[in-house]
Amino acid sequence: MSETIVAISSAIGEGAIGIVRMSGPDSLNVLSEIFKKNNKSHTFRNKQMYYGHIIKDALILDEVMVVYMAGPHTYTKEDIVEIYCHGGIIAIKRVLDFILEKNVKMAAPGEFTQRAFLNGRLDLSQAEAVMDLVSAKTDKGFDVALDQLKGGLSSQIEVIRQSLLKVVGHLEVCIDYPEEDIESLTYDQIGLAFTEVEKQLEALLKNSKNGRIIREGIKIAIIGKPNVGKSSLLNALLKEARAIVTDIAGTTRDVIEEHLNIQGIPIKIIDTAGIRETTDQIEKIGVERSKIIFNEADMVLFVLNASEPLTQEDRILMEHVSSKKSIIILNKMDLDTQIDLDYIYNVFPDHEIMKTSLLKEDGIHEVEEAIVKRVYDGSVLQDGDNLLSNVRHIQSVKDALASIKSAIGAVNDQMPYDFIEVDTLDCLESLGKITGETIESDIVKEIFSSFCLGK
Amino acid sequence: MDTFFAGKYDIIVVGAGHAGCEAGLSAARLNKKTLVLTINLDSIAMMPCNPSIGGTGKGHLVREIDALGGQMGLNIDKAFIQSKMLNTAKGPAVHSLRAQADKTRYHIEMKKVMENQPMLDIKQTEVKSLIVENNQVKGVLTTTGAKYEAKRVILATGTYLGGKIFIGSSIFQSGPNGLAPSLYLTENLNDLSLPMRRFKTGTPARINSRTLNYDLMQREDGDKKIIPFSFLNDSLDIEQVPCWLTYTNTKTHSILIDNFHRSALFSGEIEGTGPRYCPSIEDKINRFSDKDRHQLFIEPEGLDTNEMYVQGMSTSMPEDVQTAFMKTIPGLENVEVMRPAYAIEYDCIDPTQLKLNLEFKSIKGLFSAGQFNGSSGYEEAAAQGLMAGINASLSIDEKDPFILDRSEAYIGVLIDDLVTKGTNEPYRMMTSRSEYRLLLRQDNADLRLTKKSYEIGLASEERYKKLQDKIVAIERELHRMENTLLKAKDVNPLLESINSSPLKDSISIYNLLKRPEVFYDFLEPVDPTRTDLREDIWKQCEIQIKYQGYISKQLKQVEKFKSLESKIIKDIDFDKIEGLRLEARQKLNEIKPTSIGQASRISGVSPADISVLLVYMEYKRRK
Repeated sequence: MSETIVAISSAIGEGAIGIVRMSGPDSLNVLSEIFKKNNKSHTFRNKQMYYGHIIKDALILDEVMVVYMAGPHTYTKEDIVEIYCHGGIIAIKRVLDFILEKNVKMAAPGEFTQRAFLNGRLDLSQAEAVMDLVSAKTDKGFDVALDQLKGGLSSQIEVIRQSLLKVVGHLEVCIDYPEEDIESLTYDQIGLAFTEVEKQLEALLKNSKNGRIIREGIKIAIIGKPNVGKSSLLNALLKEARAIVTDIAGTTRDVIEEHLNIQGIPIKIIDTAGIRETTDQIEKIGVERSKIIFNEADMVLFVLNASEPLTQEDRILMEHVSSKKSIIILNKMDLDTQIDLDYIYNVFPDHEIMKTSLLKEDGIHEVEEAIVKRVYDGSVLQDGDNLLSNVRHIQSVKDALASIKSAIGAVNDQMPYDFIEVDTLDCLESLGKITGETIESDIVKEIFSSFCLGK
Repeated sequence: MDTFFAGKYDIIVVGAGHAGCEAGLSAARLNKKTLVLTINLDSIAMMPCNPSIGGTGKGHLVREIDALGGQMGLNIDKAFIQSKMLNTAKGPAVHSLRAQADKTRYHIEMKKVMENQPMLDIKQTEVKSLIVENNQVKGVLTTTGAKYEAKRVILATGTYLGGKIFIGSSIFQSGPNGLAPSLYLTENLNDLSLPMRRFKTGTPARINSRTLNYDLMQREDGDKKIIPFSFLNDSLDIEQVPCWLTYTNTKTHSILIDNFHRSALFSGEIEGTGPRYCPSIEDKINRFSDKDRHQLFIEPEGLDTNEMYVQGMSTSMPEDVQTAFMKTIPGLENVEVMRPAYAIEYDCIDPTQLKLNLEFKSIKGLFSAGQFNGSSGYEEAAAQGLMAGINASLSIDEKDPFILDRSEAYIGVLIDDLVTKGTNEPYRMMTSRSEYRLLLRQDNADLRLTKKSYEIGLASEERYKKLQDKIVAIERELHRMENTLLKAKDVNPLLESINSSPLKDSISIYNLLKRPEVFYDFLEPVDPTRTDLREDIWKQCEIQIKYQGYISKQLKQVEKFKSLESKIIKDIDFDKIEGLRLEARQKLNEIKPTSIGQASRISGVSPADISVLLVYMEYKRRK
């Protein structure tokens, strides 16, 4: 258990304070690196609160309180550091990301408890419970791993791994078969190949849908004509999540984005409520806007007023909504139903259709459940990935990127092949954690399938 | 057949190849009454294939064998006729020593050492069966009826066991190099329910030097400055002999292609699995058809013979085709083949039947080493022989086994790979198999291993004293370099001469050496307090300073590795752990890993299974 781990240990977005917790031998070092006390002192006394700032490159990330608890008298029996940030996904995520840059690993689900157990913190009855938990978790984890093998991220990683393996195989042949009749790679060739890998990894981090979801949350758009209850829906969801977190204006002032967290899933809701007020050609532009937002969203909540007959505007919107990523919400069910229900069920035969009365807060919990179900059944995350294991995967990709950068440095310094290999193999190992492959047999295979060697 | 009691020993070694010799010598040196049995005393430490010791990865093994007090390094230092450090253009971790051997000399020198080793007997006979009672080995029975009792038996049968040679369509039972095969023991091992399998290897032809035209080949000389294999030898100087390089061409290839149907390789007669890294020439041409030439080295087999080894031309073609295709090669136009190339198939075991100390899991007191364990190569065999000899001895004294882990030695990598992962082809050591290559260098094998061996009583006083002196000298020189400041004005002219940026302030030699372009011997003119040090000492300092960043990176990885390695698995019934997947449970039951680290290297055991195992172990400990 020599690695230091970190996680957000308060529910994301809940309350005014968010807690980032580290456990492991480097906890205190990392704290001293990222945290500046108001006075100049650099020491931290055990179990004492300190006020100060998390500072990255001379910029203040957040104003925080921190506490250092020396092992073994802690939950995990290791050194623990807790950082109390301002509530809200943005501030906490920034602090978390910064700590992850410090060679601290993202904790696996339940890992704090598992460490507590392995370090002898829990008693026997608790231990049995942990045993059950771990067995259950790993069974599921294995399924997820299998799914991911077939998934999109894995196949992209595999492409990168293969191109890297080609280079490694070639370098290893030059090292292990110095007298064979094989052209050695030039530093330019290696550098070129590595830079390509670097680019691909960067693109993967930037563009990967899952990476974006981790950074920004799942994008959910609320769509519907005015006065059907869009704002009520947004407010009800925020209230249900007990989290009005931030209030960031979109790129135009007529779109409002809210961040919240539903059952551990970070979500960004885009409310198109403002569209109408800013334009004259209401229907046309309103619909165009909704269309764009609809296309960008991972999921759409389409709201209809059940107490009115369908209008032309409803029908136009309906045409665009009829793809699978929408949940249909029939609001104002407490009033007389005027809407043509048969028509609705006809247009949306495969969709989830929820009935709500948002002003009376009826049905909001069901809407939330429907959102969660969508996330986990894979219709949002198209490659069927699980959010939590994704965080670890993204960490692995980041590790791989750091390694390849370091390898590129070694190439630029024209270090001998065997030194270049140190970081290159690290990079392969990080990528292998995602696809579940081991390096050594791969390299040996590459060596003998691509090169003609022997006595 | 009448049997008779022939003697009583602590340890019996079956076979006197490279594994058997090291096993016998190490056991006797650890004060065990030891007997080595061989089918032919004239084949002790025979080199039936390439006339060289060492090479990439393998050279590391020899240095480690020597550091541990084995014989291979000392023996090749007595019998080499050319020496070369390979890979000198690359980093120090992959520098690999290789020496061409006079094969006869090598055999004679080893036989002499064996014959004169106290506590060691060597006898010519064929072992017919093991004597086993209640899953405990008790001795061996020979084909002439002699019964030898022993507390431990080490099998090192090489390619003799069930040996079968293929030369084109000519197939016959034989050990290596025309020696008698061992024909009875396999059946006995089958009866003991030790599952056997067949591997294959091959060797190229030997040709007559008198019939070659060296003017058409490229001369390959050894290094001017010879680095000995043994840490006990400071320097060696001999007159070296050259090897020769030449190439095949399209004519060679078309003769081979026309005769593919006559190769034993393609006729389906060979059932054994051959190594990928040692393909025959027909295999190379078949798989890499775009290459219009393949290189071959012509290497002397010794000083007192005209026989030359044709490296690169291993084949199972019939004799007439062998001669025909070789005659198309420049310099070989008039070649006379003295011994034809052949492929050889032999019986061996799946090494996952063994524990990390090389003892069988199912039969107490029975150890094995070398090709019998599925490896290939003299050096791989010797390394296992040494470890089997040590561990058989330690187990008699009921001492802890002597196990080197993957972060300590190539020998550790070799044995862990065989025993934990198993192998589907004859296993060859390569530097790429080691995760901690930068630490496991050939230059520091003594620093890594000699103390460990001294502590179990194998490495001699002389060797240990030498190590201590070396450590002191290294520390003293490092200290001197840290505390010797060079003035900018003194050093700058030298730095400018190699386009290294000039200094503004004084700098210690230590810090200046960190520059990639600055080397120890280069600084000599500006380093007045330097004393005359042995090259291996200042080189060691230079490596430690220059590659500090990478070395500490690897040390960190090792620390992580060790934390898993130190979690010992003991008395655990894997069937009782519910969270394990079925495949993992089966694999764990089969391999019986002794640590969490070892368990994590078994194929089919996932990280999730490992965390279940960890939690279960802790749960059980508390209970």
